[in-house]
Amino acid sequence: MLRQLRPALMSVLAFTIITGLFFPFAITGISQVLFPKQARGSLIEQNGKIIGSELIGQTFAQPGYFHSRPSAAGGGYDAGASSGSNLGPTSSKLIKGIEDDPATKDADESYSGIPQLAVAYRKENNLAADASVPADAVTRSASGLDPEISPENAALQAPRVAAARKLGEDAVRKLVDENTAGRTLGLFGEPRVNVVLLNLALDKAAPDSKPKPAASPAP
Amino acid sequence: MTFNGILQIALFFGVLLLTVKPMGLFMARVFTGERTFLSPVFGPVERGLYRLFGVREDEDMKWTTYAFAMLAFSVMGLFLTYILLRLQGVLPLNPQGYGPKQMTPDLAFNTAVSFTTNTNWQSYAPDYTLSYFSNMVALAPHNWMSAATGIAVALALVRGFARRSAEGIGNFWVDATRAILYVLLPISLFYALILVQQGVPQNFAEYTKAATLEGASQTIGQGPVASQEAIKMLGTNGGGFFNANSAHPYENPTPLTNFLEMLSIFLIPAALTYTFGKMVGNVRQGWALLGAMSVMFLVGTFVCYGFEAAGNPQVQALGVPGGNYEGKEVRFGIANSALFAAITTAASCGAVNSMHDSFTPIGGLIPLFNIMSGEVIFGGVGAGLYGMLMFAILAVFIAGLMVGRTPEYLGKKIEQYEVKMAMLATLVLAASILGGTALGANLNLPKEPESTFATKLNQFPGTAYGSSSDTFYGATYNNVNNSGPHGLTEILYAYTSATGNNGSAFAGITANTPFYNVTLGLAMLIGRFLMIIPLLAIAGSLAAKKLVPASAGTFPTDTGTFVLLLIGVVLIVGALTYLPALALGPIVEQFQMSGGKLF
Repeated sequence: MLRQLRPALMSVLAFTIITGLFFPFAITGISQVLFPKQARGSLIEQNGKIIGSELIGQTFAQPGYFHSRPSAAGGGYDAGASSGSNLGPTSSKLIKGIEDDPATKDADESYSGIPQLAVAYRKENNLAADASVPADAVTRSASGLDPEISPENAALQAPRVAAARKLGEDAVRKLVDENTAGRTLGLFGEPRVNVVLLNLALDKAAPDSKPKPAASPAP
Repeated sequence: MTFNGILQIALFFGVLLLTVKPMGLFMARVFTGERTFLSPVFGPVERGLYRLFGVREDEDMKWTTYAFAMLAFSVMGLFLTYILLRLQGVLPLNPQGYGPKQMTPDLAFNTAVSFTTNTNWQSYAPDYTLSYFSNMVALAPHNWMSAATGIAVALALVRGFARRSAEGIGNFWVDATRAILYVLLPISLFYALILVQQGVPQNFAEYTKAATLEGASQTIGQGPVASQEAIKMLGTNGGGFFNANSAHPYENPTPLTNFLEMLSIFLIPAALTYTFGKMVGNVRQGWALLGAMSVMFLVGTFVCYGFEAAGNPQVQALGVPGGNYEGKEVRFGIANSALFAAITTAASCGAVNSMHDSFTPIGGLIPLFNIMSGEVIFGGVGAGLYGMLMFAILAVFIAGLMVGRTPEYLGKKIEQYEVKMAMLATLVLAASILGGTALGANLNLPKEPESTFATKLNQFPGTAYGSSSDTFYGATYNNVNNSGPHGLTEILYAYTSATGNNGSAFAGITANTPFYNVTLGLAMLIGRFLMIIPLLAIAGSLAAKKLVPASAGTFPTDTGTFVLLLIGVVLIVGALTYLPALALGPIVEQFQMSGGKLF
């Protein structure tokens, strides 16, 4: 039996080197040559600065931009701390939300549950108080970094964006269509709109109405 | 449920079935030592490795030697990983500067055990805990080695049935080496490159600092993701490079990668049933096992999809119609999220593309029950086959009891010893799941830790999946993210996932505390090795037996009747053992959700 100790030690070392060093370095080398952009994270550069990744969502608050889904990653779209809300179907925090406790002045205990998110969504998009809201607009994604929204969600936001940018609604809808991906092969996945790419396209199509960067960047 | 959703599930299953025979045939050739088209490439490497290990290819092992070799391999890997994790602060490829502060002793123990046992439970959030080196060198090799171990053990058990009056059940080193070289490596190579093409990063750069369109700063985690993602799915490991696992757009960016990731989870477990049939000389025996797995898998998937698509009435009352979208990604939608959840838990993978914690109660019960079934619905690579063969032994035993005849399976008499060992494996798992849950749901640890060591530990932030909290000590049932029955389900899911070597989670639970790290670590060791060792004992005992010629009284095990009996045994063992716990968790929560009760 003790004869098995040498193969145990040698095999663990050998496989660690093969699978833990050779393999990832080989994949890195090949992919840097074949797919350099994707291997680096599909980053978007503008005027020499990195402004994000095509695959990673961002927080948008200004009316002239399409808004991403609510996020539970860090303070929102923190791509160094991906996470969902992990709130269950009978969670009061999720279904009712939490109001700020006025007794503690320094701390903000409030948490936007689905009703608060739905009210805010209806208000910013000028919808009736009892209008239906697309589910993806008021739920937090699994990663907290979901780069995409549903086409229904984008369609409801289009009039607000058009008004804020003083553009025709048709022009905005056209951009939405151009940035909508259908199901792969017409079968797999769901139709979706990439928010970062759509907003970039908006800025490109109408640079004059580009919303100014927020005075103090969010933390 | 939509037509497209049902179609996607049906297409996935159809493609899977097409892979079973070619892949199963290929593995049968590899593991019986025949030449394959890969032999010219890997043959010399294989022989070189045997020389390095000091083993002879033709040496046959008794079951005790086989088990010892398997244990020595696992323990050696476990120690190496523990040391590398603790030393990550002084090791290279650490652009974010993570050190022992993030990787505490109890977390390193839990993590090393987790990856060694093919569980890949993650008490931590990798994004802000692990260096690239830790991910790549300390953890990822286990994705290969633990998968190879699972395949080897399954082969040993199959040989127990296939051989007659034999002493040995094969050579562990040969089985493990061939699994890595001929099966895992070539597939992972192409698979990883496809993932990169689709957008999965593969670099060693530090986290990217971006200035967003609105002028905010965003830090984007990077790393050698694709090389780890491929084997993470193919080896049914499931340990994510990022906290959000396969829901993270960098791990699973498109519907195509999602399809490949689902397919690669089931590829080897499904094909091994054919390999089994081929090796015992009757492929119908393999199809029978696959049939039982398929029925249970499809029923579970559609129940899960149905409840997720029906959604939460309390959310719908707020003017948000449709299915349950909390914790799901837009590109996958509800059908692919439910399908992925069913696959990853049936197969002991544990990768997730949606957050199971936010599923509807019954939608979340399905993943939980899939694990409780003993990870035999396809199951982990190797682990699914050997688990299902254990249930097959119990099924013929029960059939034998009904007609008062000594049971046989594949021409081997199933006697007291085999049934005892099979029951041992079953009961130990149940004790670990229910005992661990009872402890976690009731324990109240002293609030003020006295030793300075414990005080020091207490200062570290909770870096588990969910929010950080101050629940390192005190009542362990306060570590949950949800109250009421859902909180109990979080604890039950944790011990079920650990014992079943699955690794997925109701991720709201704060598991990165000394109590949970240690007890979940023990549950993973129990679930892995107290299952494997009795099964290897069965393999040894069966290999030594003579063949009993089939007679009129033999219960045929390649028919629909046997498939139904096998399903019945799996469900009855699972249901009888876990129904009370499930009734207090997801089942009561389903009624409360309908009635509008919140916690």
